[in-house]
Amino acid sequence: MPHKTFFWFFFPSGLAMVLFIGLPIFSSFFQSLHIEPEQILIEVETCDPFGCETEVQVDQEATALARAENPLGRFNGLETYKDRNHLAFGEVKEAWVSTNNFSDFMKKVLNLPFYKSLLFTLTFCFSVTPCVIVLGFIVALSVNVLAKSIKGMVIFGTILPMIVTPLIGSLVLFWMIDSQGILGATIQIIFDDPNLSLKSSKKLTWITLIIYGIWHNTPFAFVVFYAGLQTVPQDPMEAAVIDGASRSQRVRHIVLPHLYPVATFIALICLMDNFRVFEPIIGFSAEGVAQSLSWMIYKDLRNETLMLFGSAGATSMLTILGVGILLTPVLIRTWKEFKTER
Amino acid sequence: MKKLLIALLFTFVSTGAYAGGHSPCGVTNGTINVLANEFTTLRIVMEEAEKCAGSDADFSVTHSVDHQKLQGPALEANPAEFTAKIVTNGSITPLMSKGLLRPLDDLVEKYGANLNKSQLITFDGKVYAVAFMANAQHLWYRESIFNELGIAVPTTYEEVIAAAEKIKASGKMDNPYAGAFKAGWNLSQEFVNMYLGHGGEFFKPGTAEPSINNAKGVAALNVIKKLTELSNPDFLTQDTNAVKEEWESGNVAIMHIWGSGAASLLDDEGDQAIKADTRLAAPPTVGGGSAAATTLWWDGLAIAKNTSDENAEASFRALVGAASSTEMANNNPNAAVWLINGYTPGDAAVGVLAAAKMGATPYPSIPQMGLLHGAMSDEMVEFLQGNESAEKALEDIEAAYIAKAKEQGFL
Repeated sequence: MPHKTFFWFFFPSGLAMVLFIGLPIFSSFFQSLHIEPEQILIEVETCDPFGCETEVQVDQEATALARAENPLGRFNGLETYKDRNHLAFGEVKEAWVSTNNFSDFMKKVLNLPFYKSLLFTLTFCFSVTPCVIVLGFIVALSVNVLAKSIKGMVIFGTILPMIVTPLIGSLVLFWMIDSQGILGATIQIIFDDPNLSLKSSKKLTWITLIIYGIWHNTPFAFVVFYAGLQTVPQDPMEAAVIDGASRSQRVRHIVLPHLYPVATFIALICLMDNFRVFEPIIGFSAEGVAQSLSWMIYKDLRNETLMLFGSAGATSMLTILGVGILLTPVLIRTWKEFKTER
Repeated sequence: MKKLLIALLFTFVSTGAYAGGHSPCGVTNGTINVLANEFTTLRIVMEEAEKCAGSDADFSVTHSVDHQKLQGPALEANPAEFTAKIVTNGSITPLMSKGLLRPLDDLVEKYGANLNKSQLITFDGKVYAVAFMANAQHLWYRESIFNELGIAVPTTYEEVIAAAEKIKASGKMDNPYAGAFKAGWNLSQEFVNMYLGHGGEFFKPGTAEPSINNAKGVAALNVIKKLTELSNPDFLTQDTNAVKEEWESGNVAIMHIWGSGAASLLDDEGDQAIKADTRLAAPPTVGGGSAAATTLWWDGLAIAKNTSDENAEASFRALVGAASSTEMANNNPNAAVWLINGYTPGDAAVGVLAAAKMGATPYPSIPQMGLLHGAMSDEMVEFLQGNESAEKALEDIEAAYIAKAKEQGFL
């Protein structure tokens, strides 16, 4: 394709990307460098049904004036990134100095909100993604050999978890694993422990979330693998059959190498998606024991009566950075392959 | 003075209603669009407001448990997404700080003929909200179970714990206690209750610097931990509505939830045997303190600043019609403790009234309180699950709060 044609072909989507992805990211970044203007406090008398009291309140006029002068707030540089609720350089350094073995140090660091969230996010990401790829591949192989008459139905059934909105899917499961729900009660009977609850401990909640993640994401891997399977060349397959290769040998030596780029693609998308895990935490009411980076952003914007734009912006930037770091190895690999193919 | 006012309020002497004025009901022009919390009592108030607005009025209401998160952005827009907001002494502060509410003095003058003076919420002498009900968390218990085991109604948390342990030991229930311990706002609120019950102060006087890392804070956390050990193991996922369901299923014999829960717990739906056995009691004290370990709340109406005068007037009229309706209050005497003129309190008012009599503190209407409240829950979970000590949890709460308060310009 000539470069000029490519340019005009790409231009509309490029423009949309700049407008709807590039600019918001830039604006978040800009916001993360600022903090609110100083709140000017005054004491006023407030009266309610329980009596009158002199209380500290924000001086509306003075604060509004300060805000009008500086609508973006005070410039704060990268301080928000460095504070305790984000990268916490000061606290990490303090932890390093005050502890003399690595496990104590890690314990201290993982007590900080950002690192706590990062740990869950990475655990989720690296547990769900491999399982999704393996399971998706197995399901695709199995569906591929089904009789034509039932294939359509099975495919539809298989991709259902992906069709269900994440929030609804997680809510349904949340109710099922309740100690009075069908799954929760069954588990209690199996383990003969009336106090066993999947929602009560950190470990069990994490496992529940990860299983949910696998359940929700597998259909995506399945669909892509299934499409890939349709392109497996038939000649070498037939040759292999004639040579007496078993089914597992055929899968290992012909199908797998053929689908390798597809697997890379799925890994890329899954890593990216799972790094931004959010809905299941809300659906499972798991915020007490499992926080992700996306959940931190949500909390800064929605869980407070006052919105922390700077803080949310900083976490967003760190999330983008995290996705970037996570994808680098895969991208480098793809780039190398691309070059050798040329 | 405060005690006197409370006494006046809760003896329900009509404290000099305004004379004259126009009737608020029958709105013909302007749009009314209300944002309110989601619980039965507010639904009753909104139905009354709609009735008052009349069939010609353009009336709509959004009930959401997320009202506190929605209100800021919704009212900051110009024109605001909602013309009116049902606020509490907790949720009014962020709106006041940003100047998103309009002074109501002229409207009160015009349409507030039937309001009690104590209903008016004033800041610096100007009316910004009109309260219609008082609310507080207090104790609920199952009388038959208490009688059977010979337990007296607890008046302190130490007795609550002993009672729950006794019920558990009797084998009647595995998890006899319940409270709204859901991680987030609810769990933090439990700390607020317990810390105030121990006589704690959240901030160093006159500043926004936190001061919860002390013996009172540790004691408060330890009481909460004991209570959660007697609760359903899923306590971190249970909000007030979930606790009410547990109650109606007969899984709980003693709980500490909102007085306004009576509207749905004492209605004709659900197991009538449990309903007949449900008793309300005063909120307990804790740690030898004299004040009840709970907070007093009012719910009231406020009008958005960023809306046209016409809409503001229409909204005020409809809502004040409800907020001064003696008929509504007396038809639903158990739905809430109404602050409305001429209301005779029902049986279910006993808990909230006792809270006020026992000198419970109103929830602090301080602008930075929301930030501290928001910082509590995460660290409390760490403590409740035994991952860190109470002192460490309190230290972390303060540190998390300080970082946020700096960003918001309070420190």
